[in-house]
Amino acid sequence: MSTQTTVHQTKWWSGGKSPFNLEYGKLMMWYFLMSDAFTFGAFLISYGSIRFSQNFWPDPNVVFNAFPGAGHANLPLAFVSIMTFILIISSVTMVLAVHAGHKEDKKGVIKWLAWTIVGGLAFLGCQAWEWHHLITGEHAVLATAADGKQYIDIIGQTMGGNPWGQLADHNTAMVALNNSSHETLLHLVRESGIKDNGQLAGLSHEKLVGMVQLEHLHIREKGPIAFGGYFYGITGFHGFHVFSGVIINIIMLLMSQKGVFERRGHYLMIEKAGLYWHFVDLVWVFVFLCFYLI
Amino acid sequence: MQHPAFEEVTVHHHVQDDAAFRKKVRKTTILLSIITVIELGIGLTIYTIHKGANPNATLVLMFKGMVCILSLAKAFYIVSVFMHLGDEIRNMIMTIVVPLMLFIWFIIAFITDGNSYKNLRNKYDPHFKESTMPKKHQQKDKKETTPVEKSGKE
Repeated sequence: MSTQTTVHQTKWWSGGKSPFNLEYGKLMMWYFLMSDAFTFGAFLISYGSIRFSQNFWPDPNVVFNAFPGAGHANLPLAFVSIMTFILIISSVTMVLAVHAGHKEDKKGVIKWLAWTIVGGLAFLGCQAWEWHHLITGEHAVLATAADGKQYIDIIGQTMGGNPWGQLADHNTAMVALNNSSHETLLHLVRESGIKDNGQLAGLSHEKLVGMVQLEHLHIREKGPIAFGGYFYGITGFHGFHVFSGVIINIIMLLMSQKGVFERRGHYLMIEKAGLYWHFVDLVWVFVFLCFYLI
Repeated sequence: MQHPAFEEVTVHHHVQDDAAFRKKVRKTTILLSIITVIELGIGLTIYTIHKGANPNATLVLMFKGMVCILSLAKAFYIVSVFMHLGDEIRNMIMTIVVPLMLFIWFIIAFITDGNSYKNLRNKYDPHFKESTMPKKHQQKDKKETTPVEKSGKE
């Protein structure tokens, strides 16, 4: 490349040539991606700004420790590492699709694009599971009633509440347990693995309190709500990019199959779709960093 | 390879020979995977440090800095190899990279702003400090006579 550019160096700006040696669409894709990088950057920096303004922030290893089918096992980072590898691998298959396009190898383009789409869908599936798990998760947290009494509430991570605060000390949790509703106690007892054949509901408040194993519950205070808001906002925006990337890739796949690019004589559209797809992978590097690692 | 629709694009990328191309892609893939595995390892190390009785804040911060640098390395490889930015003309690369320099100011300014807001609130809003300061830090503060301002990163 470098030897060829020097030959043309003096004539780049004298007209008749693309000074950046790129066709319009690809150049504009680059500028779009640059502006999109600023959008994501602004989101992530705003997250950082809010995080630095708090004395306490949830530990990601505590929040993201679930794995499909593993129940309550504590597996920090396991699921998200799978998501990361899915995205890296789908990025590699996209590179191969673009390369096949350079060689005008229609079969290769179709094959590698199909694998990329599979990777994208797998990632979206993982994200859907993760969101579902966080939103519907049932975590025991300390809550304060209007009269100032503390009780135990069961919440998931939503835009209205965050269950990942600091661990409550034993005495506070015990007092809160005594103030909790019958239903909450029933839930906590069932959670601790005691089989319920309908007899539990008839038990007295004191009996239920006695059956709750407090040290296994890890009752926490409520955490910063902004955590959930930023998490859903930013991973959602990224997931939307993955989704639109999958749609674009599907369109590219159909167009390749119908021979549109073959007739056109070049597969430059695959390159543009490829740029977008790699950008999605690039953004994930930073989403992964900001939410799961630090 | 000629692109009939784009005559103004005068220099074309070589169609690299397959073996060299595959080698480069394989090398980059392995590199990205290794970096990710190291990142995960550091993440788990941070988790273990946090679980311990006395988490060493400096050590945690150092590990977090390492993860940030590794992520930048990953970003560099994705952009320069997978997105082929490294193969473009220098002027073109600069129109992408130079505006991104804005991030240097962006990150420093807004992180500092958040941190300063926290320090001001801790100073002037005792309720905020009392209700949100992690317990371990509070105990430390009681031992020391002057409250020490901690950085917000856990």
